Amino acid sequence: MNYHWNWHIFLEPAPDGTGSYLDMLLSGLVVTIETALVAWGLALLFGSVIGVLRTLPSRLASGLGFAWVELFRNMPLLVQLFLWFFVLPELVPRSAGLWLKQMPHAPFYTASIGIGLFMSARVAEQLRAGIGALPRGQRLAATALGLTTLQTYRYVLLPLAFRIILPPLTSEFLSTIKNTAVAITIGLIELTGAARAMQEFSFQVFEAFTGATLLYLLINVVVVIAMRGLERALAVPGSIGGK
Amino acid sequence: MFASFDFDVIRRSLSYLFLDGMTFTLTLTGLAALGGLVFGTLIALMRLSGLKWLGVIAGLYVDLVRALPLVLVIFWFYFLVPYIGQWLTGASRPLRVGAFTSSLVTFILFEAAYFSEIMRAGIQSISKGQPAAAQALGLSYSQTMRYVVLPQAFRNMLPVLLTQTIVLFQDTSLVYVLSIPDFLGAASKVAQRDGRLVEMYLFAAAVYFAMSSLASLGVRRLQRRTAVLR
Amino acid sequence: MIKISHVNKYYASGFQALKDCTTAVAKGEVVVVCGPSGSGKSTLIKCVNALEPFQSGEILLDGIKVNDPRTDLPKLRARVGMVFQHFELFPHLLIIDNLCLAQQKVLGRSREAAETKASALLRRVGLEAQARKYPAELSGGQQQRVAIARALAMDPIAMLFDEPTSALDPEMISEVLDVMVDLARDGMTMMVVTHEMGFASKVAHRVIFMDKGEIVEDAPKTEFFGSPRSDRAQKFLSKILSH
Repeated sequence: MNYHWNWHIFLEPAPDGTGSYLDMLLSGLVVTIETALVAWGLALLFGSVIGVLRTLPSRLASGLGFAWVELFRNMPLLVQLFLWFFVLPELVPRSAGLWLKQMPHAPFYTASIGIGLFMSARVAEQLRAGIGALPRGQRLAATALGLTTLQTYRYVLLPLAFRIILPPLTSEFLSTIKNTAVAITIGLIELTGAARAMQEFSFQVFEAFTGATLLYLLINVVVVIAMRGLERALAVPGSIGGK
Repeated sequence: MFASFDFDVIRRSLSYLFLDGMTFTLTLTGLAALGGLVFGTLIALMRLSGLKWLGVIAGLYVDLVRALPLVLVIFWFYFLVPYIGQWLTGASRPLRVGAFTSSLVTFILFEAAYFSEIMRAGIQSISKGQPAAAQALGLSYSQTMRYVVLPQAFRNMLPVLLTQTIVLFQDTSLVYVLSIPDFLGAASKVAQRDGRLVEMYLFAAAVYFAMSSLASLGVRRLQRRTAVLR
Repeated sequence: MIKISHVNKYYASGFQALKDCTTAVAKGEVVVVCGPSGSGKSTLIKCVNALEPFQSGEILLDGIKVNDPRTDLPKLRARVGMVFQHFELFPHLLIIDNLCLAQQKVLGRSREAAETKASALLRRVGLEAQARKYPAELSGGQQQRVAIARALAMDPIAMLFDEPTSALDPEMISEVLDVMVDLARDGMTMMVVTHEMGFASKVAHRVIFMDKGEIVEDAPKTEFFGSPRSDRAQKFLSKILSH
């Protein structure tokens, strides 16, 4: 094999002056985590609202939710990021467009919002499935006691539905983390981008990508363990997820 | 607002966009789906085979691939495939592989991990009585799989498999990171050459949206019809 | 107290679930509704507290029109207690919290007042020791008794029971029926859908027999058991009384 291995490359200084190549990867990791967390927060926020809308008896609410989900589900994430990053500044009034284009950390904000809204459609669908999986009698019992629709969702349906969907939500969170790599195309230097830069500067292709791979695996393990802990903490004895 | 836009650029580049770009995208999607399904089914069978080591290797493969972003996997295979080609053919230097071949290998191996989980769920959902009855009749393991279990598993999971294919269709856009000319890449090329980012990206978005929505609609119809038949 | 006049209900498919139902339950009366499955008895009782909509006719609860769009349904439902076939306790809440939730959120009672009331009711049904357990840790009979207590915590003017013992193992039926008999003897207005004719003969004032969405018989208890007028009621009675 005509490839020159050099595992020491991680400790050698990177030409962009930020420290060693390892530091480069690690700062990419930090960007990945930050972007993923902000995006996930947005996804949960919007996804919960839309998920609830989809389960309401009102056809208007349900239709709105359906439209939202279809909109964000039927376009590739990459295309959506391009729309936010390249197209939006051109469609808004000139001053707003200029402000958008000159915003510091634009890739970070664009990626967070773009990925967040993309994932919100998936969170909404999971929540809709979770609420649908609850016995019909739960909603009836809450209503029979005199709870309003808002109260029924807040105190009965949502606490139960979220517990049911914790496992698929974990995998959606992991997807969110992986999706941050797509933002490399709008200039976000997250982990994959850092590995690519490392590969381009040092020509140590396989070391660079192995480093990134190991770090992604590390994130995965940490997230899975943390979510399992969360599942245990929230479990209700004897029932869904309980002992 | 739309006065300064030139939507005619779309009409002018239609043949390039669709004959070159969309053909690439659809061919890649189709072949990767087929390859991914075949390979994924094999992996699922490995995991369910009862042979411990086979199951462990298959499981590790699936867990590894599913933990990584597709972009990273695309980079991996772009650089790795030439070396694998060299090793396979015994050449003296890394093989030069075209963009399409590299992408195809990437997507087949990537999607295989996801298809394998779908098929695994499908196979497990079939009642144990089925293979038992097959074996009681004297069918071998591979015959049981081929004629009894896999056809049923495939039919049960078809909607999920098709949905995953639609996701694959959208994922192919990521070959953009290697400047490979799929549909989005073609649109991007025109956009940058003619300075018409807004028009081209809006058009690309609309095309992806239309195709994915129609495909999803088709899958939903199919689900309703098979639900009735069961 | 409960006045049902010429109620008709159709499902979207065109199927008519209730045909011109007219009856009433006076204050302090205990009315048992029986009939074969699919007869509409559960549907009828769910219309009383507007858990199910109906297309024509009128239902008055303590003088208030149930299907009037101006009626404050949550407040109205709070005044009528309902007990479900599958108990429908909220699995993620402790027993005590199951009883306090609606008291606090619908009636606006303070936590202390709610807890006091809840404890008293749990004592009444013999389950005060289970106050800090989760529903899944209780047996079916215990859960149903808690469900009755939960409905009573709202100080209802009437109680609706939808097949309260149908989902219970035989040895637990009597503990629930005892609580219901107690309630009846205290003068509670009750409308009970059930197959338990022993309960009916003990405390019911009237018995209603439904079949295919119609009220076929509506007679005082002794008359119903002694000499039912319709063929269908006779056939039904002979089937369920034989074991």
